[in-house]
Amino acid sequence: MSHEDVLNPKHMPHDPEKATLEGKNKFLAFWFFLGGETVLFASLFGTYIALNSSTAGENTPEHLFGLELVFLMTMMLLTSSLTSVYAMYHMKNHDFRKMQTWLAITVLLGLAFLGCEIYEFLHYIHEYEFTFGSSAFASAFYTLVGFHGGHVLFGLSWIVTLMIRNQKRGLNLYNAPKFYIASLYWHFIDVVWVFIFTVVYLMGKVG
Amino acid sequence: MSTTAAQKGGLGAAIWDYLTTVDHKKIAHLYLVAGGLFFLIGGLEAMLIRIQLMKPDNNFLAAGLYNEMITMHGTTMIFLAAMPLIFALMNAVVPLQIGARDVAFPFLNSLGFWLFLFGGLMLNVSWFTGGAPDAGWTNYAPLSTTSPGHGVDYYVMGLQISGAGTLIGGINFLVTIVNMRAPGMTYMRMPLFTWSTLVTSTLILFAFPALTVGLFLMMFDRMFGAAFFDVAKGGNVIIWEHLFWIFGHPEVYILILPLFGAFSDIFSTFSKKRLFGYSAMVFATVLIGFLGFMVWAHHMFTVGMGPIANSIFAVATMAIAVPTGIKIFNWLFTMWGGQIRMTSAMLWSVAFIPSFTIGGMTGVMLAAAAADFQYHDTYFVVGHFHYVIVGGVVFGIFAALHYWWPKMFGKVLNEKLGKLAFWPFFIGFHLTFFIQHFLGLMGMPRRYWVFLEGQGLEAGNMISTIGAFLMAIGSVIFLINVVYTAVKEKKADGDPWDGRTLEWTMASPPPHYNFVQTPLVRGLDPLWVEKTEGKEGMTPAEPLGDIHMPNASILPFTMSIGLFIAGFGFIYQTDDKTWLVASVIGMAITFGSMLTRSLKDDLGHHIHKEELEEDIKKGVGK
Ligand code: HEM
Ligand SMILES: [Cu+2]
Repeated sequence: MSHEDVLNPKHMPHDPEKATLEGKNKFLAFWFFLGGETVLFASLFGTYIALNSSTAGENTPEHLFGLELVFLMTMMLLTSSLTSVYAMYHMKNHDFRKMQTWLAITVLLGLAFLGCEIYEFLHYIHEYEFTFGSSAFASAFYTLVGFHGGHVLFGLSWIVTLMIRNQKRGLNLYNAPKFYIASLYWHFIDVVWVFIFTVVYLMGKVG
Repeated sequence: MSTTAAQKGGLGAAIWDYLTTVDHKKIAHLYLVAGGLFFLIGGLEAMLIRIQLMKPDNNFLAAGLYNEMITMHGTTMIFLAAMPLIFALMNAVVPLQIGARDVAFPFLNSLGFWLFLFGGLMLNVSWFTGGAPDAGWTNYAPLSTTSPGHGVDYYVMGLQISGAGTLIGGINFLVTIVNMRAPGMTYMRMPLFTWSTLVTSTLILFAFPALTVGLFLMMFDRMFGAAFFDVAKGGNVIIWEHLFWIFGHPEVYILILPLFGAFSDIFSTFSKKRLFGYSAMVFATVLIGFLGFMVWAHHMFTVGMGPIANSIFAVATMAIAVPTGIKIFNWLFTMWGGQIRMTSAMLWSVAFIPSFTIGGMTGVMLAAAAADFQYHDTYFVVGHFHYVIVGGVVFGIFAALHYWWPKMFGKVLNEKLGKLAFWPFFIGFHLTFFIQHFLGLMGMPRRYWVFLEGQGLEAGNMISTIGAFLMAIGSVIFLINVVYTAVKEKKADGDPWDGRTLEWTMASPPPHYNFVQTPLVRGLDPLWVEKTEGKEGMTPAEPLGDIHMPNASILPFTMSIGLFIAGFGFIYQTDDKTWLVASVIGMAITFGSMLTRSLKDDLGHHIHKEELEEDIKKGVGK
């Protein structure tokens, strides 16, 4: 049997992402990778918590943050997680078109989120002269939230690449794991944001 | 396949073969050569340090150069010598020990190597561009944030790149061991080297990201005007210390655990006994890995964390001595009553036991927080960590190289020369470092450029330097042995040591698909199980059939070189913003390669049954 036949079986299995050894390996490796990413963000959160009151007499969290925009961003990202679940649901039912549609919606929500974040940063810089080097708090804030934003950007590019690459040929056992782990990545980014929302914005406003 | 292509095409083709290879056995060679080279560079730096400290008020190295020398010695030895040499062993051995044809991600395996290499090159380029990093291998702020020139920037970028490679390697081995074991190879039948690779990889996964973050913060402060460690703007220098040691302490166990595994396999083979207390050994390895994350602040007793934190970390640190002790006794009991063969591998292993135990004992002394106020930052600490790292890690690497050399290169290292290398190194090691404990207790601080006359430190330092020369002699004899063996020794067969585990079931070196047929594992020490039943080799777990193998690729190399170029851009954009062009080009190369990887399917290729039958006729299958 050639590769083509193996990767495009007549009856797609129920879990196409884990049907091959390569798929199983990717699946497991990606969970491990997310374990490492957890430590990465934990270190960034630790740094932020240690420095969030080190404002050097400049802007404080309370002074800066407005919860309206951040709430909107939270909603967008949470919804995008849900839409990526729909996409994976359709993948498991082997409905490639619907999967692509839901992924596209996910990407749009992600882009909107990213737009808001860029707006937010620019706002701080222009209205408050709150820049990367203003204070230790500023550095920690931009680094933590910026790392998350960088992850969003990478996730978006990744999903879009996969969508374009496989547009014509549809789902098979070679690309199913790729779609699946990209969506795992997306969920992870979402979970991190929930923590940022709580630790940075809510606690910043209240504390 | 690729090997035959190399034979036909001469040198150019051979180089191309190694640049693109995804074969774990060849990647092991790459790690070995690169790690070995960095070991020599680091060794040279050590010799220069010892010459400077040979006599009081010496002026052999200028003060600034001395700082660069100690920084680069530590950084090189840990990140660029010990780590890659360990990865060389893991690559050479682990897939064979679990009955796999390659690692889970051959492409990433190659990427991990090239990232490490370019990170290491980056660090060492600093010697030629106006000065190496000089803030110690621990790179504490604000010493590092205020260090003039670009030395520390090279430290940051070099370690960031090579650290990414290590992380990738760790994940790769985790998945390989979890998913790729042959039928019957249950967890509790895995050789100890494989077990310790599994635990080490877990440590890498959870420890390295803390370093990644620390390096990013340092990079942002030094290159992009952030204020993490700038006290005037509310920064806090202790954050670096925490992040560094949250990584750094697990790192020392990342270094030693794989060698613990190698020693276990070696003791068992050369005592002709199964490992004493196998399950206790596994348990101890896992426990050490776990506790390794709970103790980082023992490096910071004098920072001012307060008596409660100090006490907690002191007790946690001392607790590690318990699983370590379990291991020491199990090795001794493995040898007890065995038919011991004192090969070179065994010699290094036996020498390891008392040497490492001394290091563990001084470790427990250091763990007593109140006493550590005296020891901290003196030569006592230098003595301690060289006893564990040289007496443990370096002895282990020598032992493991002697043991697995035939599997890696098809020839047994000359035994006479092997022992001849051992003795000067062993004696030199104790001469160099034992006396350093006393120098420390007498008050000699570490990292000082000179010591003064008439304080009783002359003799000790002289002895230490003499020892260092003996170690250098031992290392050179080992190198001579490598060349001598390559030229003079005859080919070894598949199982030169009367081995017990799967790596000894096929030819030396193995065919590039490792196993003609995946073996069926029927117990701990699977080959020994078959031998005791009078069988020639393993029972196959599958019929003879086509084998699926991964394709070679140049992309790992280009991805890494992209980051290398980008690194220079980041370093020099602080002088002149046009350097950002280099960063953009470098990142474009890296991301372009990633994109290519994503867009182009890589389905691998098949080795057909007919080819395998040919190979079996030639005797490869044994
Ligand atoms: C029983 C086991 C061990 C204990 C209790 C222990 C304890 C300690 C303590 C308390 C320190 C800090 C001393 C100070 O700076 O004042 C220290 C330093 C160090 N230890 Fe250990 N250790 C143990 C095993 C190891 C092992 C196995 C390794 C490496 C393979 C290692 C490598 C190091 C290094 C590199 C340093 C110095 C780092 C530096 O400041 O540059 N230790 N150890
Ligand atoms: Cu430690």
